Amino acid sequence: MSFDVTAVRRQFPILSEIIDGRPIHYLDNGASAQTPLAVIDAVRTYETTSRANVLRGVHRLAERATEAYENARSEVARFLGVQPMEIIFTGGCTAAINLVAYSYGQLLKPGDRILLSELEHHSNIVPWQLLRQRSGIELDTLPVTADGRIDLGALPQRLTNKTRLVSLTHVSNVTGALLDVRAVVEAARAVGAKVMLDGAQRAPHGPLDLPALGIDFYAFAGHKAYGPNGIGVLWGRPELLEAMPPFHGGGSMIGRVTFAESTWAPPPRRFEAGTPPIGPAIGLGAACRWMGALDWSAAHDHEMALVQRLMDGLQEIGGTRLLGPASLQNRYPVVSFMLDGVHPHDVAQTLDGFGVAVRAGHHCAQPLMDRFDLDGTTRASMVPYNDNDDIDALLAGVRHAARTLR
Amino acid sequence: MSDQLYQERIVALAKAKTRAGKLASPTKSVRRDNPLCGDRVIIDVTLDGQGRITEIAHQVRGCLLCQASTSALASVAVGRDATGIADLRHDAERALGRESGEAREPFAAFVPVRDYKSRQECVLLPFDALKDALS
Ligand SMILES: Cc1ncc(COP(=O)(O)O)c(C=O)c1O
Repeated sequence: MSFDVTAVRRQFPILSEIIDGRPIHYLDNGASAQTPLAVIDAVRTYETTSRANVLRGVHRLAERATEAYENARSEVARFLGVQPMEIIFTGGCTAAINLVAYSYGQLLKPGDRILLSELEHHSNIVPWQLLRQRSGIELDTLPVTADGRIDLGALPQRLTNKTRLVSLTHVSNVTGALLDVRAVVEAARAVGAKVMLDGAQRAPHGPLDLPALGIDFYAFAGHKAYGPNGIGVLWGRPELLEAMPPFHGGGSMIGRVTFAESTWAPPPRRFEAGTPPIGPAIGLGAACRWMGALDWSAAHDHEMALVQRLMDGLQEIGGTRLLGPASLQNRYPVVSFMLDGVHPHDVAQTLDGFGVAVRAGHHCAQPLMDRFDLDGTTRASMVPYNDNDDIDALLAGVRHAARTLR
Repeated sequence: MSDQLYQERIVALAKAKTRAGKLASPTKSVRRDNPLCGDRVIIDVTLDGQGRITEIAHQVRGCLLCQASTSALASVAVGRDATGIADLRHDAERALGRESGEAREPFAAFVPVRDYKSRQECVLLPFDALKDALS
């Protein structure tokens, strides 16, 4: 059966919004996706029937809130194929990576090495630079191939017996390239290194089986996966989380506090100091449930058909270049391109005039822009609710920019 | 629609690339980046004994608005000192609707950017760079 995009679109109230007489063609999902009624309703239900703090009260609202919060943890765990107690709610994907950089980083010694790549988002670069300043670890990077993939051919050379962690993006937020996780895990294991994946751009495209990937840490953001802002997830192998000291100190993360010393609660509480973002966590639980109910085999085919339509259309417009794999294999629906002679911001501004929302610029990946000597790219990022009209509106806008701005 | 922003005059200013390039032996060369969008302007100047600009050249890696305003600024900068350049900035600010009063040419061309607040820094970046060069 073909994918019923209309039925999916109906679940996203914002998609029927009209701005200046035009429908919205939302192709900036890589920055933040829209949210379905199922999520809005879950948050509203919490706020209107169960709002209270979690874990601390004996009254019935507190019990409802705690139950909803822990159910959300279970929904996220099911989405990732792991156990609820291995799920840590954080403030976002950036916060999750910083947690690992700080807490796992405490276990590292000067001279230990961490391997990144040239196409990482700044949030998978800067936390490690901060750790380097704090504790004298060293950073290595994997290069990027001409078609925008992490060059795994360099793994044997860049992995050393001092490498403790390999932290890479699962799907690039610029090129859409999917990482060959198996190859990374195999090579990392051989030198005894752990593997962390930044799943910010992969999580919005359906359930995962983390144990099958063989990795050690996984991070993603709620707002890119149809959930609320201000919530993210860190998954970690239980034995690793158990060995890690806390990141933030405060309420809920302690065993017992005296002024002489305090002891830590077990994970995940140890890493959830203070009152967590309860409503957003419940919303994210609903988003994971919503994603779990979608036919992702059909949805993925639909997404990739949009990618093909976009790439074909761009090719017909003179002077466009793609940054990323031209084939649909091992790729997700993030498409970056350049229009020769027109700056990406001017392309994006022109597209806004056609009702098309895209992102332009360096995409928080300046080392990657340097690698290709680019000022930036224009990026369209698709999810299952996008349709051919969205792509055609984008192509009309690019044609207009090509005609008028160069 | 964005055609309201990218009016012919702005496009023409950008394409004119007035005084684009480098100076062989500038008195000062400064670079300014906009960390938000990545626009980058390098301005070279030579100055006389009174701090007046005798020659100016620029390299822009940035959007059309940044190219257009750098080109416009370079076209009227020669003969001015720091006060004279600050004067021109008022014209740009007036065009953008940030100050009251009418903008003089060539900066009146930037009136359409009034409604695009997120793009106004693109227009002002070369003014920041030139101010650095004169201080
Ligand atoms: C690959 C990747 N990693 C990390 C992040 C950071 O996510 P957040 O800003 O939601 O913490 C993003 C989002 O821009 C991303 O695309």
